[in-house]
Amino acid sequence: MPEKKAVLMQGNEACVEGAIAAGMRFYAGYPITPSTEIAEQCAVRLPQVGGKFIQMEDELGSMAAVLGASVTGVKAMTATSGPGFSLKQENIGYGCLAEIPCVVVDVQRTGPSTGLPTSPAQGDYMQARWGTHGDHPVIALSPSSVQETYTLIIRAFNLSEKYRTPVIFLMDEIVGHMREGVVLPSPAELIINKRHISYRDGANKQCYFVPEGAYVPAMKPFGQGERYNITGLAHDVSGFPTGSNAVAGDLFTRLMEKIDHNLDDIVRVEEFMLDDADTAVVCFGGTARAAMSAVLEARAAGMKVGMFRPITVWPFPAAQLRARLAGLKRVLMVEHNYGQMLLEVQRVAAEKLPVGFLGRIDGTVISPADILKKLREMEA
Amino acid sequence: MLGMKKLVLDPSWCKGCGICVAFCPKNALELVDEKVRLRQDNECVLCGQCELRCPDYAIWLEDLEE
Amino acid sequence: MPSELIHKFMRIDHLPHIWCAGCGNGIIMRDVAVALEELIDDPEVNLNRGKVVVVSGIGCSSRAAGYMDFDSIHTTHGRAIAFATGIKLAHPELEVIVLTGDGDCSAIGGNHLIHAARRNIGMTVVTFNNDIYGMTGGQYSPTTPTGDRATTAPYGNIDRPFDIAQLAAGAGASFTARGSAYHARETTELIKQGILHKGFSLIDVYSVCPTYYGRKNHKGSAPEMLQWQKENMIPAARYYAMSEEQKRGKLLIGTLTHTEFPEYTQEYAKLIERAQAKK
Repeated sequence: MPEKKAVLMQGNEACVEGAIAAGMRFYAGYPITPSTEIAEQCAVRLPQVGGKFIQMEDELGSMAAVLGASVTGVKAMTATSGPGFSLKQENIGYGCLAEIPCVVVDVQRTGPSTGLPTSPAQGDYMQARWGTHGDHPVIALSPSSVQETYTLIIRAFNLSEKYRTPVIFLMDEIVGHMREGVVLPSPAELIINKRHISYRDGANKQCYFVPEGAYVPAMKPFGQGERYNITGLAHDVSGFPTGSNAVAGDLFTRLMEKIDHNLDDIVRVEEFMLDDADTAVVCFGGTARAAMSAVLEARAAGMKVGMFRPITVWPFPAAQLRARLAGLKRVLMVEHNYGQMLLEVQRVAAEKLPVGFLGRIDGTVISPADILKKLREMEA
Repeated sequence: MLGMKKLVLDPSWCKGCGICVAFCPKNALELVDEKVRLRQDNECVLCGQCELRCPDYAIWLEDLEE
Repeated sequence: MPSELIHKFMRIDHLPHIWCAGCGNGIIMRDVAVALEELIDDPEVNLNRGKVVVVSGIGCSSRAAGYMDFDSIHTTHGRAIAFATGIKLAHPELEVIVLTGDGDCSAIGGNHLIHAARRNIGMTVVTFNNDIYGMTGGQYSPTTPTGDRATTAPYGNIDRPFDIAQLAAGAGASFTARGSAYHARETTELIKQGILHKGFSLIDVYSVCPTYYGRKNHKGSAPEMLQWQKENMIPAARYYAMSEEQKRGKLLIGTLTHTEFPEYTQEYAKLIERAQAKK
């Protein structure tokens, strides 16, 4: 076995290297702080591995180009921050409906509108779920370290290909701009999903046909002589627009169920020192770093505190949190926003135990001391 | 009879716009009940102007089979 | 059972199309099919049908993609050229045809139009330009002539119209041309030239919308609107023989610009070679 090499990397850089390891070979984007390093790194790295990078004229075009590349069978990615994430939403919905795999990285910054472009926040959590119109499925993953950025972006591509849906990779400025050592797994250690491109039911070659027991159609890439149609209109299994409410209803329902019926496969959480805990700090993304320190400090002070961290932030890990409630007396939600994941935590826990909240929307970072102070208040 | 053509009409595809009637150089076509048909005693020369501009693909030239 | 052409290159299960009686879009879609047929059948060109991808946006024009029997994608409003950019760059061997409308490509999608033209990325854009938003019932578009009426211009349109072919040419498109629904043969030829051109090409084809634009502006029936095109849009051979006086008020049917610049995806292939040599 060759020695594992540890390298110093920025979060945004790890995002690119992980994506390339996952097989990403197409990137379209538009410069925006604090995600720009992802575009810059893709411009350097993709041609080296035979991939394509394009700086598009705007955010809408970037999202469209990514979807276009994906229908030709290429794993594709874009990255942005809040304002650009807003602009991309219509085409993200197109990807959800037309079932086009891709990964959309949002390195969150502070505030609505232009806000505080270089400050950290987690205010796009709800937008990641509900940003595009209509009922639609979403998977969103959020890394809390540079190392995890590398491995989790690979998982983002895998889930995207497996469930044929855009996956939101919800980073924040904390992780995006952090530099730390990363141990790169060898290619042999990585599990890389490929797209289902051969029809699983040989008899039925309709491009959106889903056999009994499956949730996702197998579609060939464009350019292979299949001559099928993709549309953002409600469509039947042959890919053509339908006016039938029954057919449209079946499609929209299947899109939701392909995620909802596979939560065990999709949802991942990190649980830290929870087994004997009476208090759980719930957090995600970069906030977990302060939370982890606070848990350790609290433990040193004799408090029974643990941490519950959704890694899959959408769908929210409701079952996993619910399973933890029995031993707990209270939950503290810590996030860099005005209370977004808090709503999900309350939905799961509020009837059973008190849910405290520590948020921040001024562009500064919540410290372990802030969390510890809040924990003491709650215990008192 | 190599190269010989015939004019074919499919009234079920015709939306009755009258473009083919208007641009037929021999005035060989007419609309009846908003559907195209060949006039009696027409002088169709199989020029294909109608096929070229029919937006609904309801009129065309076809090779005569032997 | 329609003609062999329609049977072969369109999805007849989905025809007749949704367009109104007299809509020029059906004529233009046929022109595209004939152009592709001739290039597929031409042994010198040998266009591979399986490598043709038809991309459209939203609007009346953009329903065309679903009727054409090729790999086809009916995208979001304004974004056809941006989707097409991703398709072409990811797989340069694909022959990308964009079918779009005046609103789709020069209003909501105007940015993608000018930047694809600037990059000179290999795709052929055919605009079904009917001077109006037809799908939503007749609102003025960027090509509605000044003074004309639309549901959103009840007192007359005060906007100045775009000339889409000149707009693309100004943005650097290496092949631009103007066709019309009336001039089907000439338009087919221009579309063929556009497809053969290695780089970004745009053929702005004047359609007719008798239902929303024509009726509101007393332009007469579909045949009368096509008659206007016959009289006022002049194929190149005749146009260039006309005096300046005769040209006044007339529009050229033919090529506006035809220049050779490096094509974007070919340049990208060279960039990959440079990046890999340096690594």
